[in-house]
Amino acid sequence: MTTLTAKGPTVARAKRSRRRRRNVPLVAGLSLLALIVLAAIFAPLLTPWDPIQQDLVNARSAPGTPGHLLGTDALGRDVLSRLLYGARVDLRVGFLAVISPFIIGTVLGLVSGWFGGWIDWIIMRIVDVVIAFPFFVLVIAIVFALGAGTGSVYVAITLVGWVAYCRIVRGEVLVAKEQEYALAARASGLPTWRILFRHVLPNVVLQAVVYSMSDIVLTILALVTLGYLGLGVPPPTPDWGSMISDGQQFLLTQWYLATIPGLAVVITGLALALVADGLVERFGRR
Amino acid sequence: MTALMEVRDLQVEIPLPHGNLRAIRGVSLRVEPGEAIGIVGESGSGKSITLRALLGLLPQPAKVTGGSILLDGVDITGMPASRRQKLLTDAVSMVFQDSLTALNPVMRVGEQIAEVPRRKLGMSRTAAHARAVDLMEQVGIPEPERRYRAYPHELSGGMRQRICIAIALSTDPRLILADEPTTALDVTIQAQVLEVIETLRREKQLGLIFVSHDLAVVSQTCSRVYVMYAGRVVESGEIRTMLRDSRHPYTYALLRSVPDPDAPVHRLITIPGQPPDLTTTVDGCSFAPRCAFAVAECTTQDPPLVPVLRDGSHVTACLRWETAPEWAEWSKLVESTVESTVHTASKRPAPMVSVVKA
Repeated sequence: MTTLTAKGPTVARAKRSRRRRRNVPLVAGLSLLALIVLAAIFAPLLTPWDPIQQDLVNARSAPGTPGHLLGTDALGRDVLSRLLYGARVDLRVGFLAVISPFIIGTVLGLVSGWFGGWIDWIIMRIVDVVIAFPFFVLVIAIVFALGAGTGSVYVAITLVGWVAYCRIVRGEVLVAKEQEYALAARASGLPTWRILFRHVLPNVVLQAVVYSMSDIVLTILALVTLGYLGLGVPPPTPDWGSMISDGQQFLLTQWYLATIPGLAVVITGLALALVADGLVERFGRR
Repeated sequence: MTALMEVRDLQVEIPLPHGNLRAIRGVSLRVEPGEAIGIVGESGSGKSITLRALLGLLPQPAKVTGGSILLDGVDITGMPASRRQKLLTDAVSMVFQDSLTALNPVMRVGEQIAEVPRRKLGMSRTAAHARAVDLMEQVGIPEPERRYRAYPHELSGGMRQRICIAIALSTDPRLILADEPTTALDVTIQAQVLEVIETLRREKQLGLIFVSHDLAVVSQTCSRVYVMYAGRVVESGEIRTMLRDSRHPYTYALLRSVPDPDAPVHRLITIPGQPPDLTTTVDGCSFAPRCAFAVAECTTQDPPLVPVLRDGSHVTACLRWETAPEWAEWSKLVESTVESTVHTASKRPAPMVSVVKA
């Protein structure tokens, strides 16, 4: 057998070191998110109060009151413990509710973009129908039809949320399909499912992951909105949405009752947005 | 002898909103086992589409609308798609122009070479790994065990193209389709990669269809060449014959648009104009509007391929091929008129661009 050898440096070390450079948004976002998650997990250690324990004598005490760092609400419940325990509910539902639309949307987007033709037509028409309705209108309608509760929220978010992933992935697949590596994989006669999941999916999934970060924020907001409308997590379980809606009537006297959980939503959203930015910087093209 | 692959009167159309684009208008070619042929033409002449049609991987919405493709003498055009793809992918491999996009950016190169042996040929993990390393050695990659774990972006262009060749060989093909495999490489690396292809082709007796816009590269690799223009083969024959005695004005112009280091300095000849719009049907020869030697009949009659040599090994689609020996003389006349216009132009005050003359 003939062996031909080539000269010249082949491993581009410069690129590697560039990759190692500090990724500020990713680090900042992940630390912030970790902080929130840890606070939720260790809620019992951070506050001595039961979030549903009422204390009508000390109701609506201001933040900074001894024993109640963030004050108490209209029923005398400690705001800090409700905030921390509420984070457990909101983060859990936010993350979990994104998983199934992510998977369903990604798979349908892959199939739609790759095979084209009538499959693509049918999937895209369904997507069009779902997108034609405003997100919240549809979610509220579905939750209302199924009855309040986290279970209904999961179903509603899944039914409405997959379309965004589907469109994002489909668009990326349409580009990837004409890339030569996809052609090469097809030309080598590998099974279609393998080409789709081993070659196409890893190259198109990033956009969907980035979107899922902002989708978590959107889902938490939806949960907050549903809680506000009385369709979300049933009381007295604490969640940020019901805290905002409960605090709303005292906006002129105890503005912090609605503002504190609102800030929690904003900070969580910021953390997730930073993570999304960081992911693009770390793994994105260009 | 049955040809390894034979194409007869292939037609490919691309439906567009403003009419059908006739991308391939009756291309016929054949490759014998172990033979290397070249397809030459400028961008948009249909070279790449022809290759994609041979692989059954036309981009949507392009469709084969006529003609037949024979693999080992068996017509595969009428077969159900799955059976046709099976036959094709077992026998044929492709090497692409841009090795960076031809490799999956998120998969280690070794895994990409081992993938087909493992998933399609059913080798064990260790056997597939060994085969990949062996192939990497064959295409001249130093330290294959270490490079096995590299990602495409960590390798140089020449290394990546070698990986692509190794992937193409991993299916044990009998025919390799190479779509400008060296165009994206610099000249020294180009020579090395061509050498790899040539050596492996000889060793394994592979058929090769080598697509390029560079006649010089094709003449190094291939024994026969097909020249394509506007979706047709306009001339084909033995590469030596064609270089010495081309009988189509397009080939003739292509040959003269290559700089010759030995010749006395003269201005390079360019081919004026652009290839025709293939959505409209043109009467007459598609090259006539750009042809320096066209006469009235060229614009009314589409020339068929006619044999130049009696055995049919050299054919051309030119009505006036017999006048070829005089083309050199005629183009000198054309050049001298160009010279004179340059002359008159230079008499004008302050030209914006000065023309470098011999």
